[in-house]
Amino acid sequence: MRQRQSRALWFWVFVGPFAAGLALFTYVPLLWSVWLSFFDAHNTVSPTDFVGLDNYATVLGDPAFRSSLVTFAVFTAFIVPATYALSLGLALAVNRLRVAQAFFRSVFFLPTACSYVVAALVWKLSVFNGVRFGLANTVLGWFGADPVAWLATPDPPWYWLVVVTVRLWLQTGFYMVLFLAGLQRIPVRLYEAAALDGARPGWQTFRHITFPALRATSVAVVLLLVINSFQAFDEFYNLLSDARGYPPYARPPLVHLYYLALGQGQDLGLGSAGAVVLALVIAVVTIVQARWARLGRTEEA
Amino acid sequence: MPISRRQLMAGGAGLGLAAVATACGSNTGRGAEGSRTRLTQWYHQYGEVGTRQAVGRYAAAYPGADVHVEWRPGNYDQQTAAALLTDSGPDVFETTGPTPDQIRSGQVTDVTDLISDVRDDYLPAVLTPRTHDGRVWGVPQVVDTQLLYYRKSLLAAAGVSPPRTLDELIDAAARLTDRKTRTKGLFLGNDGGAGVLAGTPLYAAGLSLVTPDGKAGFDDPAAARTLGKLHRLYADKSLLLGAPTDWSDPSAFVQGLTAMQWSGLWALPRIKKELGDDFGVLPFPPDGPAGRPAVPVGAYAAAVNARSGHRDAAKAFVQWLWVERADHQLDFALSYGFHIPARASLAAKADRLASGPAAEVVRFTKDHGYAQPLLWTPASQVAYQDALHRVIQEGADPAAQLRAAVRRTEEELTRVRKGG
Repeated sequence: MRQRQSRALWFWVFVGPFAAGLALFTYVPLLWSVWLSFFDAHNTVSPTDFVGLDNYATVLGDPAFRSSLVTFAVFTAFIVPATYALSLGLALAVNRLRVAQAFFRSVFFLPTACSYVVAALVWKLSVFNGVRFGLANTVLGWFGADPVAWLATPDPPWYWLVVVTVRLWLQTGFYMVLFLAGLQRIPVRLYEAAALDGARPGWQTFRHITFPALRATSVAVVLLLVINSFQAFDEFYNLLSDARGYPPYARPPLVHLYYLALGQGQDLGLGSAGAVVLALVIAVVTIVQARWARLGRTEEA
Repeated sequence: MPISRRQLMAGGAGLGLAAVATACGSNTGRGAEGSRTRLTQWYHQYGEVGTRQAVGRYAAAYPGADVHVEWRPGNYDQQTAAALLTDSGPDVFETTGPTPDQIRSGQVTDVTDLISDVRDDYLPAVLTPRTHDGRVWGVPQVVDTQLLYYRKSLLAAAGVSPPRTLDELIDAAARLTDRKTRTKGLFLGNDGGAGVLAGTPLYAAGLSLVTPDGKAGFDDPAAARTLGKLHRLYADKSLLLGAPTDWSDPSAFVQGLTAMQWSGLWALPRIKKELGDDFGVLPFPPDGPAGRPAVPVGAYAAAVNARSGHRDAAKAFVQWLWVERADHQLDFALSYGFHIPARASLAAKADRLASGPAAEVVRFTKDHGYAQPLLWTPASQVAYQDALHRVIQEGADPAAQLRAAVRRTEEELTRVRKGG
């Protein structure tokens, strides 16, 4: 009995501070935000003007918010497969190297250490600036082409090239390392057995041995990628905003809410309603995805 | 408005709301004065060297209280908005507002009586947006003006005279764009102008963002006609886009990337230093029969936090610094950055504003200056700017775009007036 008591004590000694922090900084604000979303809360966090579902009607009736949800669905639909394919490809290539493997692994992993804000500014100011001496425009200039204003051209939407390349550059190396770890856990005997059965090395082996064996890693990578692209804010904001606002294109929901409600507008009720809608979307997508991928199954199963 | 350069850099980091009034730095060693009132005053981070030391000097010279100055880098408007929700905000703070919501929800203090003796001395363009129902909610500190700079030598070489109408401006920008040297005709910011121009083309067409009786001021065919013309600048490829610095910084202009640039008065000293006399200044040119030149002005104003524990002491300090001490006001306006003092009597006294392009700017600011109306809320602004973006960059139908913006603006105006 005493032992059980002291175990409970130690449990709370270790878990308590974390649980308290979680409750204080995550659950309380979260519930508070849900509560705020039912009030007209201009410039206050203790509103009294109950408005029911008005904020939800406003935010869902706002074409700009709906189009931002579309923007972010398109962005996710593109960036997730692109990063997945690129990082898997890199991992396969690096894994086959006989010499300098550690070197290439580090080189590809290095961009992960760079902050999104810094990378976005480098992309915006040096690589893809719109004047003649930008890196991309210098290259175009060799072929006699006119400079392109990469971030200010909605038709064709060149800004996607900038947004997508910066994210690929930043995150591909990290997922490559995850895949490398996965690749190194595949037992050699599987390949030996396949070879005995007459499987040709290359595509056939990859299709039937490597890819299925990477299943658990793949599920984890896709889940992380989707959540990451849901949270997109930094590079969009730093690439496209200026002191006076943000163009109407390539505007993820978080950026839109920031401008509409949570920034200087301080319409906290509307902003909370938008945040709740966004949270629900993320929850639904994650649950569907986890079900579909049967999260938790192991490679052996 | 020098904050704009840094808001970009502060970017994501600006979200953090540090509503913690730090308790360091103001121990001046005057031991026996424990009973003196302590005030906290916030400034946004000015870019010009010496500004911070100057505001510290003014505060230290105030006999009535211990004033502790806080310098707030990052997204300043966001920080003050968040701090005003708490009990630990500043007593006195500068603001581009206060916004009608801040006034309505009682976050700022009425300061009408502080300036009652000299009310007529303030430039109406900067005092009106601080006035709600006849009461004044912030004491204007300085006037920031935006204007068009042009390079005389480049215009002469192309045989173009300084544009006096919007059509001439569009034509000049096209003729000054040189494919061979890769010089562009006009720089209106890296987004093509929707951000910085905002309501300026409307005022140039004789319209406004919000009318004096509180209606959307651009529900008019003339608005669509004028805004539609701006798309030609973009379609002609006359605009400089994607420059390393934005419109608020004169670098693109002095480096010769563009022949004309929209920027602020604050850029004038640097342009003068680098280009000598090879530049001229213009207001935004008029358009249409009812048109008139448009000069957007902005201003930081000193406001008093309604939650301050020392409201009367804070008001007394604001009155001392921003109403009575003309010497400090002149020093602040002209010794570091380059602004027009908010009071006409002081602007007239300033030597550096008495001749050359600076004098011209002072003159057209007085004649044509307009500021964003108080009732122009962030929600209206987002709707209107989105419309302007689509018109300029995508060539969208201006009438249809404006209809949506007018609708949103009317909703906001109804909301704001309701609680008035």
